[in-house]
Amino acid sequence: MTSPAILAEGLEKRFGALVAVDRCSFVVNEGEVFGFLGPNGAGKTSTMRMIACVSPKTGGRLEVFGLDVDEHPREIKALIGVVSQENNLDPDLSVYDNLVVFARFFEIDRAEAARRADELIEFFGLGEKRDTVIEVLSGGMKRRLTIARALINRPRLVVLDEPTTGLDPQARALIWERLRTLRDRGSTILLSTHYLEEAERFCDRLVIMDGGRILIEGRPDEIVRSRMGRSVIEVEDDPAVLDCLAREGIGYERFGDSVHITTDAPEPLIQHLVSSCNPSRISVRNTTLEDVFLRLTGRGLKD
Amino acid sequence: MDGRVSWRVRHVWERNLKVFLRTWKVSFLPPIFDSLFFLIALGYGLGQFVQEIDGVGYARFVAPAIVAIGIMNASYFETTYGSFVRMYYQKTFDALIATPVSIEEVIVGEILWGATKAVIYTALILPLLAVFGVISLPGSLLLLPLALLGGLLFGAIGLCFTAWTPSIDTLSYPQFLFITPMMVLSGTFFPIESLPLPVQYVAYACMPLAHIVSLARALTLPAAAPLAFGSLLWLAAATALVVFVAVRLMRRRLVV
Repeated sequence: MTSPAILAEGLEKRFGALVAVDRCSFVVNEGEVFGFLGPNGAGKTSTMRMIACVSPKTGGRLEVFGLDVDEHPREIKALIGVVSQENNLDPDLSVYDNLVVFARFFEIDRAEAARRADELIEFFGLGEKRDTVIEVLSGGMKRRLTIARALINRPRLVVLDEPTTGLDPQARALIWERLRTLRDRGSTILLSTHYLEEAERFCDRLVIMDGGRILIEGRPDEIVRSRMGRSVIEVEDDPAVLDCLAREGIGYERFGDSVHITTDAPEPLIQHLVSSCNPSRISVRNTTLEDVFLRLTGRGLKD
Repeated sequence: MDGRVSWRVRHVWERNLKVFLRTWKVSFLPPIFDSLFFLIALGYGLGQFVQEIDGVGYARFVAPAIVAIGIMNASYFETTYGSFVRMYYQKTFDALIATPVSIEEVIVGEILWGATKAVIYTALILPLLAVFGVISLPGSLLLLPLALLGGLLFGAIGLCFTAWTPSIDTLSYPQFLFITPMMVLSGTFFPIESLPLPVQYVAYACMPLAHIVSLARALTLPAAAPLAFGSLLWLAAATALVVFVAVRLMRRRLVV
């Protein structure tokens, strides 16, 4: 039987009194795209750092490709590629040198390193910048290069901590497209992101974390379906409308200047709302992962 | 260090060398000019008012000290400011330990690189001093292995401060409390014997530079100064100890 790409059981990370990751258990299978979602401080980065063998766990069990992270960090690190949240490219080196120098850390010989560097430069559309010192690259290009660098050892597992944060839509789209190609080639991908719509489209399975714990795990569509109604009706946040909803016994949640009502049968409810509460604004849309996310992790819960 | 330091340290070293060589024209100048100005100002300027010391002119007396100070500065500043920038601002260490390179190899690689810089600087200073005829050859070539040893020690000392410092600003404390007094009191510009005896003991007990100066002087002025094997032993023991401490301190800072 082959081992899963990642196996975590009761995984824990403490920093003194602070529990960053609180007895988390999950399995990532080979070839899967697995997402970590959650607000800042949820424990996503700590979890990924333990998987990448750069931060020792303080409790539980954690195996990558069947190898224990405490016993075999070198072997594991040779099998994975890591894209950290912070840019840690070498600012003194060119695009090309960033790749070949990094290849040496994996004991890849010079000729092979040069071949792979050119291949990755091509794949990530960095050809024109090949000999440019990376300090002058745009944020999107730097991120592409960071991902390219993480692939230099042809990893079986790629770990990306917020790969698209802070980038413009074009740069984000390009990165997702390249990650999709990687997925189609059979790489296992583990990523964290704040872009829930992208996570919903891209991840085979995901977890939502908060306060160091996994709140929910599953396929994005299943999570949405199991946790909420099919549709969200949005009306304006107005005292008269809220009174009316309470009177009619309709559950709702307040988000900013609007009120959300989730339901599996939107049409009759809309008619009922329009006739009895008379909101000045009403709209209906499909439930998204973001709605689940906000319900699980957000404040202002009113059911 | 339980098998966590392997031949992979060479990758850390190579990375630093590659960056250094990118700007070699700039990097090669400071040691040459620093030494030149020291030699002119002290050896020939101040030297006119100074009597012979141990039977040699002041320029020849001060020349080995210029090399010793170069060894100290090259490695110490590399593993304080240089390493701190790589660790804190450029996150180079984070990128390295995401590969099969271990944190211990990063630390040892940094120390080795600091020592290499001391050797490079010495190799640049030596021809200059030879041109001015203030060192004797070929004995002075032994300053190169001395630079390696001294560079390892000061590289490790620098890394201890890097592990300790909360920010790049506080790195000035060890500089003015440790490096500067050492630079002027280690028998560099005047014989250490002219200090009161207790101060001499303190100097030899806790100033690595005093031992490097004493050895350097024995190599450049073989007739005037005997080789102090005690100093060699002191340097070797201190290097082993401080490298060990540097690895421990840096581990504690970086492994979280």
